[in-house]
Amino acid sequence: MKDHTPDFLELIRLAATSLPPDVERALRAAVEREEPGSSGRAALEAILQNVEMARAGSTPICQDTGTPIFTVHHPAGWSTRALREQIRRAVAEATHRSYLRPNAVDSLSGRNTGDNLGDEHYPTIHFEESEDDALVVDLMLKGGGCENVGAQYRLPDSRLKAGRDLEGVRRAALDAVHQAQGKGCAPGILGIAIGGDRGTSYIASKETLLRQLDDENPDPALAELEDRITEQANMLGVGPMGFGGATTVLGAKVKATHRLPASYFVSISYMCWAYRRRQMTIQAGEAAYS
Amino acid sequence: MKNLTLPISEEDIRGLKVGDPALLSGVMLTGRDAVHKWLVDTFIEQKRTPQGDDLEVIETLKPLMAGGVIYHCGPVVSGLDTGDYSFVAAGPTTSIREEPYQAQVIKAFGLRGVIGKGGMGPATLAACQEQGAVYFHAIGGAATLIAKTVKKVLGVYKLDFGVPEAIWVLEVVDFPAVVTMDSHGGSLHDEVERRSETALAALLLKM
Repeated sequence: MKDHTPDFLELIRLAATSLPPDVERALRAAVEREEPGSSGRAALEAILQNVEMARAGSTPICQDTGTPIFTVHHPAGWSTRALREQIRRAVAEATHRSYLRPNAVDSLSGRNTGDNLGDEHYPTIHFEESEDDALVVDLMLKGGGCENVGAQYRLPDSRLKAGRDLEGVRRAALDAVHQAQGKGCAPGILGIAIGGDRGTSYIASKETLLRQLDDENPDPALAELEDRITEQANMLGVGPMGFGGATTVLGAKVKATHRLPASYFVSISYMCWAYRRRQMTIQAGEAAYS
Repeated sequence: MKNLTLPISEEDIRGLKVGDPALLSGVMLTGRDAVHKWLVDTFIEQKRTPQGDDLEVIETLKPLMAGGVIYHCGPVVSGLDTGDYSFVAAGPTTSIREEPYQAQVIKAFGLRGVIGKGGMGPATLAACQEQGAVYFHAIGGAATLIAKTVKKVLGVYKLDFGVPEAIWVLEVVDFPAVVTMDSHGGSLHDEVERRSETALAALLLKM
């Protein structure tokens, strides 16, 4: 097996420094919706200027380069142990080159490891064997500010009059956006999972964030819910950075997973505007990025 | 646009209102979670005895804090091997985590402001009124853009807190921010949250 450490390093560089095209398009469209001369519009203009500067200079879009979350789909026969080692080497090298901030802190001693290598959960790596003959790796960098405003609801919720149905999900999602205000670096993107247990529900909410912003949910009921949540979250008027304005979220992605009869979780992962996710495909030894 | 030079006088701070865009120039220092806890525990509430270089560091920092600002920021820094430091990416971090400490730190060290993102709570707002200080909101995530305004890293203290948590002393020119909490009790964050609460109540009445 070829050493793919340099390919992983390039994937990290790209994710940290170059915002994906779909996200940049959505931010450009959002500028036009904000009042000329408003703080919200000025914030979006600064954001877009920063996106261009980061890409041009290969420097991080945001200094909080987040938790690196890798999802690896590998053909049969690949060594996940070797892949894990290569990913960890690439993460340490990316930190050395200032593509990533050293972010792995020992929760007991408070000591920062300095190279982003923590225990087996840091960086986070999910492996899945696929039928494909290509290696496909998704990388998401999830910042701490937006992770802190994520929320999990257990329906029914009497405060929100939210029952165990899609109307209840709508209520939970709007409440989460209101609670977050500008603290998660609005305009944000909502990854929403319905069902699961507490753990799998949050994992599924992050998986939905791997979708393209402008795709359409194949389930018509969920597609409608996504549009409704997006439209109504923007009616809250939190606006870019929480300065007030028309754009509070850029989109919402909803996924339903199976649940126990007793549990009905709605898990909301809030992604900041610096929605850093990139994909690498390795076929016949050659890496391509998108 | 208000051009402000650090240290800032009380008069200049009292002249600022919510919504004013500002460009800051001069010397500032970074400080976030570990630093605020360290300042309060060691020097304000004194429930922890000073250790190592604590006393030396605080004497160096005091003149920078008097009339100065603390920037809530955990940067990406290059030159860690050589000590020839340079700021690569340096946007603000979420300020509300410092709410339990900020009012005490503003008053004890005579800060004229803090810079961060997301706004702060009632205790900080009250301290801003009392002391003559403001909350400057920087653009969250605009890390490369803001790093370009850092012309020089003058020093670093408490590097054992880790790169993001250390105290970096910076010389900045035209650091961009907006006043979102002023020294007259005004808070854009309170206004936006109240409006959002009303809008949410209306949306929850709908089915």
